[in-house]
Amino acid sequence: MSIPAFAALLERLVFTPGRNAKIALLKRWFAEQPDPDRGIGLAALTEELTFATAKPALIRDLAAARTDPVLLALSRDYVGDSAETIALIWPQRAGVNTPPPTLSEVVEALDATPKSELPDLIAGWLDSLDANGRFALIKLVTGGLRVGVSGRLARLALAEWSGRPIEEIEEVWHGVAPPYLPLFRWLEGKAERPDPRDAPVFRPLMLAHPLEDADLATLRPEEWRAEWKWDGIRVQLCAGPGGRRIWSRGGEDVSAAFPEIVEAMDFHAVLDGELLVIRGGGEVAPFADLQQRLNRKTVGPKLMRDYPVGVRLYDLLFEGTEDLRALPFDARRARLESWIARTCPARMDLSPQIAFASVHQLAAIREGARAASIEGLMLKRADSPYVAGRVKGLWWKWKRAPLSIDAVLMYAQRGSGKRSSYYSDYTFGLWRPDGRGGEELVPVGKAYSGYTDQELLWLDRWIRNHTVARFGPVREVEKGLVLEVAFDAAQRSTRHKSGVALRFPRILRIRRDKPAGEADRLDTLMALVENREAKAKAKAEADAAAD
Amino acid sequence: MVARGAAQPWIPSVLRHLYRGMPHPETWLRVTPAGLWCEPGDFFIDPTRPVARAVITHGHSDHAQPDHEAVLATPETLAIMRARLGAERAGRQQQPLLPGEVVLHNGVRIWLRPAGHVLGSAQVCLEWQGSRAVISGDYKRTPDPTCAPFEVERSCDVFVTEATFGLPVFRHPPPEQEIARLLASVALFPDRTHVVGCYALGKTQRLIALLRRAGWDAPVWLHGALLPLCHTYEELGVRLGDIRLATVAQKGALRGAIVLAPPSAVAERWARRLADPVVCLASGWMRVRQRAKARGVELPLVISDHSDWDELNATIDETGAPEVWVTHGRDDALVHAMGLRGIRGRALHLVGLGEEDEGEDAAPEPAVPATAEGGVA
Ligand SMILES: [Zn+2]
Ligand SMILES: [Zn+2]
Repeated sequence: MSIPAFAALLERLVFTPGRNAKIALLKRWFAEQPDPDRGIGLAALTEELTFATAKPALIRDLAAARTDPVLLALSRDYVGDSAETIALIWPQRAGVNTPPPTLSEVVEALDATPKSELPDLIAGWLDSLDANGRFALIKLVTGGLRVGVSGRLARLALAEWSGRPIEEIEEVWHGVAPPYLPLFRWLEGKAERPDPRDAPVFRPLMLAHPLEDADLATLRPEEWRAEWKWDGIRVQLCAGPGGRRIWSRGGEDVSAAFPEIVEAMDFHAVLDGELLVIRGGGEVAPFADLQQRLNRKTVGPKLMRDYPVGVRLYDLLFEGTEDLRALPFDARRARLESWIARTCPARMDLSPQIAFASVHQLAAIREGARAASIEGLMLKRADSPYVAGRVKGLWWKWKRAPLSIDAVLMYAQRGSGKRSSYYSDYTFGLWRPDGRGGEELVPVGKAYSGYTDQELLWLDRWIRNHTVARFGPVREVEKGLVLEVAFDAAQRSTRHKSGVALRFPRILRIRRDKPAGEADRLDTLMALVENREAKAKAKAEADAAAD
Repeated sequence: MVARGAAQPWIPSVLRHLYRGMPHPETWLRVTPAGLWCEPGDFFIDPTRPVARAVITHGHSDHAQPDHEAVLATPETLAIMRARLGAERAGRQQQPLLPGEVVLHNGVRIWLRPAGHVLGSAQVCLEWQGSRAVISGDYKRTPDPTCAPFEVERSCDVFVTEATFGLPVFRHPPPEQEIARLLASVALFPDRTHVVGCYALGKTQRLIALLRRAGWDAPVWLHGALLPLCHTYEELGVRLGDIRLATVAQKGALRGAIVLAPPSAVAERWARRLADPVVCLASGWMRVRQRAKARGVELPLVISDHSDWDELNATIDETGAPEVWVTHGRDDALVHAMGLRGIRGRALHLVGLGEEDEGEDAAPEPAVPATAEGGVA
């Protein structure tokens, strides 16, 4: 019965917003499902295991052969998602009483079945399942599960279920493969902890708390070290005789996207750092540039040339086989500096420390840091050991305040997945002179988050009622709705028509009260960009003078 | 109107069709802005505005409007109308008609048959000069412990059906299975309060009855808006067991409890103030994920008091009607499907009948525009 059980889990996970509730659902799955199905299910949820054996078109053809085309089209229009439509409309055949497949049967059969026999195999499975089961199966075999269970959440659930500390699980996680039989045996007390030996496993990262004003007052400058918070992606470099890996913050393996870094990892150590696009002369490019390199399975030479990456090192966790994590930060920092001096790794440098004598001075430095590549400051206690997770009082992140503009909604596009039937991606623009004495709107960014479900419904309806033109999935709307958009930084960009790119734009509020003509002008936004660069330059000069 | 004994014996429709001069129902049953009007009898079925004479299929607000002069309906529907609308507004003259009895009015024979939708719900059967029409009102075929089961009236010339769930994606699972899911969730989250959004008339009482049948003997807690009709049901002989008024003050006592509330209240502050609520909604619309997502539902329960696609089509076939009119819901798919089977379908586009099964304020979802979009995923 494992596909129906898996479908039931999937359905609850999709609708459950709460983290604790999700963990409770996963715990029940671990407790109730037999091996190897519980491990296969876990791997499917965390996308450690994905299949794309069946093309969506194969499933559509199966459905088309069994349903009236008019009814199928009307249903598809109503439901908004093909997989869901097919799962719902699939005609139950009288007299079919084959039991539904288990997850392991599905995995094995997908592997062993020649392509030509795939349609019959899948149709047979669909006949044996109910609507929820069919939906889960279709998503599974087409590789489109996407339920949003992170590896981290799954490991938290494993920890709660078994009573073992999460850190212990994190450190073996990447040393075991689906269906994780040795892991489950250990967590159930039936065997020793699996030994990753030299395997390049992920060590949970140490994270920082956002600094509040109240915390600020308690800081004693002599106990703290400051660094820039670089705006890239946090990575852990892990290299040794067992292999080389670049782990993301959440413990995902991102090595394939950055082959030049892997090549440079010619050492035996575990390091913590920030992956950035760094151009000649050590200049860090805006995050938009790094985005070109993310989420890729492979990269070509052109991409590596246009967006050269490097790692700015924050910390040293292991040197050889020696675990340094229990040492105080100052001691690790000294080891890191001497390690870099000795090893001179290519494509890596040291994240500089920022000297400060008072909290007041530090605040001024943060305020002045307007370079696009800097998100704010990191404060690390001089005696802090390297501990997994977010332990309060050891590390602080002190981000710059977000910025905001009032922009006009220009285009809307339907979302993907669960939001496929709503207009949920918004392109917004600001006013500028059109060169003929009037004003025109120029698009400055796109946001697809920040709103509530209620606001999404409202926006969706507004868009449907104010459409002036359609281009495929995109609708152009009347220029009549003002959105307050928050963002972390504005950066110069030659790839945008407006000449500016926003970092993390999100909808803060719908400004129904504000006429479109009173929305912000492009100049206002450009001032924010230029301000930052000017201030950063001034700051760099001040720093140079201080040295 | 005068009661005239039992329903007339069954006459094969073929024979009646052979009777020359028999008027087609569209000549004497007409669509007007106030609703379906029987011309020779000069009365309306489920009129949407006050009229002199109304026959009411059941007590839901879009079918039973206030302030008619004379109202003909089952005794249960009349009682429900009095409870909802107040005795003064539930029809100046209330005339009860039991299923199986017939009244003759201006030459039109009128009788009722159970529709299985909510307590008292009935199909309205009309015959004039040998021509016969059956108006289903809302109906379902799945057994419901709180009301009489649907009875098929064969040999009609026209069957007038609802089509709330008139798309083949709507197939309601067995309600017992959905109740089992609810109880499994209560067992998994014993410290949370399960708040189930459900329509005040019919769905609420059916859920309570289904819970009782599944062995849930604990109190079922109710939002104040749901209590009066539960009392009406009990007065009409439907036992609901231990039901209690839920207030936010009892937050602690409501941990691990099941609370029923109007659909409009489950996503609001009222429900949010309960202990870590699991928001559930019992409705046929919950079959579609997007609908459940849009309502902020954590546990969608597919339980409906309307026929699903299979029930609609099976019922149409069982009536044997050569022609079927569709009052409200998705008529396009149903008319198409009937056409494939040689049944003449006609969409009536009656105004004022709402999208039921979820709540009074359930705004119809905009249909997704049919732009080309690939990908199963
Ligand atoms: Zn109704
Ligand atoms: Zn209705």
